This record gives sequence, C-alpha cells and structure tokens, in this order.
Amino acid sequence: MRRLARLLPHPLLSFGLALMWLLLNAPVTPGTGLLALAVGLLVPLSLRALRPEPLRVRAPRALLVLAGRVAADVVQSNIAVGRVILGLRPGERRSGFVHVPLAITSRAGLTALAIILTSAPGTLWVQHDPRTGRLLLHVLDLDEADWPARIKARYEGLLLEIFP
Amino acid sequence: MSPLPLTSLILSWGLALAAVLLVLAMTLCAWRMLRGPRAQDRVLALDALYVNGLLLILVLGMRQGSGLAFEAALIIGLVGFTATVALAKFLMQGEVIR
Amino acid sequence: MSADLPVWAACLVVGLALAGAAVSFVGALGLVRLSHFYERVHAPSLCATLGLFLVVAASSLFFSVAEGRVVLRDGLIALFVIVTTPVTLLLLGRAAAYRDRAEGHPGAPPEP
Repeated sequence: MRRLARLLPHPLLSFGLALMWLLLNAPVTPGTGLLALAVGLLVPLSLRALRPEPLRVRAPRALLVLAGRVAADVVQSNIAVGRVILGLRPGERRSGFVHVPLAITSRAGLTALAIILTSAPGTLWVQHDPRTGRLLLHVLDLDEADWPARIKARYEGLLLEIFP
Repeated sequence: MSPLPLTSLILSWGLALAAVLLVLAMTLCAWRMLRGPRAQDRVLALDALYVNGLLLILVLGMRQGSGLAFEAALIIGLVGFTATVALAKFLMQGEVIR
Repeated sequence: MSADLPVWAACLVVGLALAGAAVSFVGALGLVRLSHFYERVHAPSLCATLGLFLVVAASSLFFSVAEGRVVLRDGLIALFVIVTTPVTLLLLGRAAAYRDRAEGHPGAPPEP
C-alpha cells in the first residue's frame, strides 16, 4: 500500500492526465494507451519540486450537487446579464460592491468559491481579507437577489462539506 | 458533390452566419480595446477578443469539416491565457516577473 | 464539405453554433454598452461560459456524427477555458482595484 502511494503520489492528477492524453489521441490504440499510462505515472513526479499541499476531497455527493447548482446558476446568470446588456431589464439597475462575511477558511474552498463566483457572469470576486473573512464582491445587478444570503445559502455549506 | 445537398446547404449557410456574428463580436472587442479608456479595459477587451477568435476557429473548422481547427483553437486558448495573465500582472506591479 | 450528415444533425449543429455565437455577440456588445470597468468585466464571461459551451457542443456533435464515433476532445478546450477565464478575470479585477485605489479614482472599490 505504501509502495503504491509512493508510485502514485497524486492519483487523481495521474488519472486526469492519462484521460486527457487518451482524449487527445482518440481512437485508442495499444501504443497510445501505453503512452497515456506513462504520462499518468511520470508527469506527477515532476510536481514534487512544487510540494503541493495534499488535497483531500470529501463528500463526492456534495461535489455533484455543487456542480449541478453551479451549472444551473451559470446559465441563469448568463440570461440575466444578457438581458441587462440588451436593455431588456425593466426599471432602474444599480451595480456596486457588496461585502460577504465568509465562514470558509481553507485555501481550496476559497479557491473553488472564487472560481465559481468569477466564472458566473454578474458577480466578480475582488478581494478577500483572510483576517476578518470578509469578501468584497462586485455585482452587476444589486436588486436581482440578496447576494450575501444567496451565496451563503447556495455554495458555502456545500463547500464547507467538501473542503473541511 | 455531397450526396445530401440540403445538409451541406444548411451547414454552410448556418455556420457562415455564426462566423459573421463572431466576427462582429471580435470587432466590438477590438473597438473597446482601441478606445480604452483605461489600460484594464484594453486588457479585458483583448481577453474577450481571443475567446471570440477561438470560437470563430471552431466554427470555421466545422464549416470545412477539418479536425485541424481543434489544435489551432487549443493553442489560441493557451497563448491568450498566458498573455492576459502577464498583462494583468504588469498592470498590478509594473513588471511581469518579480 | 467533406462530411455528409443527416439533416437533423445538421440542423442541431447549426442551431447550437448560432446560439453560441449569438450569446458571444451579446457578451461583446456588453463590452461596448456598459458604462465603466467594473460593469464591463461581467460581459466577457458570457463568451467564455455559455457561448463557449454551445459552440463546443456543436463541434463535438458535428465530429461525432461525421466520424461515426464519440469525439470528446473539444471538451478539453471547454475545460481549459472554463478553468482559466476566472483566473484572468480575478487578476484583472485585483489589478484594477489596486490601480483605482492608488490613483484615488472616484469609482474605486471600498476596503474589504
């Protein structure tokens, strides 16, 4: 078991790299399969020099729920921002900065939240203060939702579960 | 001649229309890039410009039925990302590598 | 035109590609229409999320039907751009906030 751990220090990364190699070289032949195996085994070794923090993902079910929720929210905010751009949104629109107090402290959890909020149109992660745990967010449409409550309700609990 | 003229007609006209939309999008990005007014606006517009260029190459690749477009799009994605990150770091610190 | 697709596949491919290009165009339009940097920063996300996803779906479908096997490699482009776009926007947002504060610009973000 320990031998296996030494051979495969980052099993997820190895799997992802091998899968990527196979996708790039589809249809799979024995030769490309062998090369994919070699890539999966050898490339993660080069990561040793960087000494990455060991990342443990728990609660795979929460991960799936989160992925579904993010996909739905991205589509929904695409539509909302598209309406704003095309001038289809009725009434006055205010954009501005919002403070969100966060309970997440792990680096992986904060990174995941930053990626989620920034890739969804309509919200932009500007700055996070690790001492107070406050996040500064720019929002295109302040009246669309109660943003701090929405972020805490939709993402924070799941992220705390996944990255404790 | 393709055995199904209707399909090739749909594909060539529909994808040409998509390509025209993407070229217009690139023009808008280029306008914002040249107009500014601030440096961060220009970098933002450059970022959007290369993403639209990547999409345009994918659409043209479909129109010509050529798988080579994939490699070109992947390279544009890689180079564009690196360029934008370098420019953003430059805006922050006045130098790329500290 | 090398591929001969059935009509339904051609219609679906064209529909997806046109929808993606339209979303992307709206995103680029936002770059022009919105009034200042922190508003404009939301617009290119449209190109890089839904626009990209729809065009990549069209491309995957096209090559899967044309070659008679499942072609997923275009998904790699989607994955790559979806992972990298937030990084560039985060860096740009931080750089803009830093510059605005340093210059005492009126639209500068408040301290966190």
